[in-house]
Amino acid sequence: MISFWTLFYKELLRFWKVSFQTIAAPVLTALLYLLIFGHVLDEHVRVLGIRYTAFLVPGLVMMQVLQNAFANSSSSLIQSKVTGSIVFVLLPPISYGAFFAAYVLAAAARGLMVGLGVLVVTAWFAPLQIEAPLWILAFALCGGAVMGALGVIAGIWAEKFDQLAAFQNFLIMPLTMLSGVFYSIHSLPEFWQRVSHYNPVFYMIDGFRYGFFGVSDVAPQNSLAVVVASFVAVSSLTLWLLKRGWKLRA
Amino acid sequence: MGTAVSIVDVVKRFGALTALAGVSLEIAEGEFFGLLGPNGAGKTTLISCLAGLVRPDSGTLSVLGRDVGRDYREARRLLGVVPQELVFDPFFSVRETLRIQSGYFGLRHNDDWIDEILHNLDLTGKAAVNMRRLSGGMKRRVLVAQALVHKPPVIVLDEPTAGVDVELRQGLWQFIRRLNGEGHTVILTTHYLEEAEALCGRIALMKQGGVIALDTTANLMAAHPGGSLEDVFVQAMNR
Repeated sequence: MISFWTLFYKELLRFWKVSFQTIAAPVLTALLYLLIFGHVLDEHVRVLGIRYTAFLVPGLVMMQVLQNAFANSSSSLIQSKVTGSIVFVLLPPISYGAFFAAYVLAAAARGLMVGLGVLVVTAWFAPLQIEAPLWILAFALCGGAVMGALGVIAGIWAEKFDQLAAFQNFLIMPLTMLSGVFYSIHSLPEFWQRVSHYNPVFYMIDGFRYGFFGVSDVAPQNSLAVVVASFVAVSSLTLWLLKRGWKLRA
Repeated sequence: MGTAVSIVDVVKRFGALTALAGVSLEIAEGEFFGLLGPNGAGKTTLISCLAGLVRPDSGTLSVLGRDVGRDYREARRLLGVVPQELVFDPFFSVRETLRIQSGYFGLRHNDDWIDEILHNLDLTGKAAVNMRRLSGGMKRRVLVAQALVHKPPVIVLDEPTAGVDVELRQGLWQFIRRLNGEGHTVILTTHYLEEAEALCGRIALMKQGGVIALDTTANLMAAHPGGSLEDVFVQAMNR
């Protein structure tokens, strides 16, 4: 257990030491989204009966939770691989389960910290309403863990920074941006509504938003089932790859 | 005296390249053992197999009786490896690096031993300095310190003195000799043959993935009366 706690602590310390880049910057990005979209649309749009700015806040919070959880584990691993310092975690007797848990939990922790930061700074622009805090916590934790595990796979798979950027820009970004952060899927044409239901990130955003307003496109228990199933699937794959030493041990 | 490291018929191929072509070696507990050969001979691949960084295609390796594949956690606990590449984690200071490395090996409150290592490697004054701000030689010292944080009974040094000054070399060898005298097994690869000659009790010469000579340093030298280990090395490689 000491090796797990040490690796977890080291991962926390790693992003904390560059918190201006890893926490403050994504909070600012979310704030800019809110200022621009909120300013343009707040007077004209209501979604699920809620003012647009208020509707947007939980989506932005969850988007940053997910993107930063992914960024944490993936960037830590690719950086260690490129610099060669990955040997420091491959030489000691760290089990693959401890390795997985440490990276995923640290990734989720960074996601939650950024999410909390976004929530705090956006509270100036829309009154904070919380209907079901446990749903908020459950979706933030599970969503962050799914993306943290996906980040482990991407970080191990990528051999260069541009490969990781491709994973991030062509998979993670579209999945999160097209998941209902900025809109309710009921405003989409029927075909795209159906497509959205195949995107697991849609359920993370929708369930998370339910915790704030008590309304959602899909029942929160169904969304949580999809998110938990996604976590089990991604985690199983990650653990299998780690056990095999895929791309880590020649 | 028991066996510290057992390597039996290890084969490793990378595509068409055979890096290790059935290597077998036994190293006794407490030995100071030299693994010499030109670049590409397979020394680092063999060490990587022992450390679990590379998985052999066939053959077995064990550290103090622990199979590096099956009992990988036990085997790794018994081994301290100084990698050849000058690698470091740029986020941490020297002391943080060593505390973290101790934790990976399941050790908390290891500061007494960390202080002793820092002292012996002349790093005490650099303990609070970030790794990025150290010179190449200082980073190499930290790599040695990282390999020793858990007091491993078997220490593997893969070219530990490459690019470091004479003062560090002398300090490092004094410290490693002390550890060897206390019973730690030491396996050394180096291109500085005079170091191997002075330190190693037994030497294996490797070429093209195989062991071409294995004997005590004295016996190898006896083949070249009045000559040096370099003469032995050159003749073996040209054979």
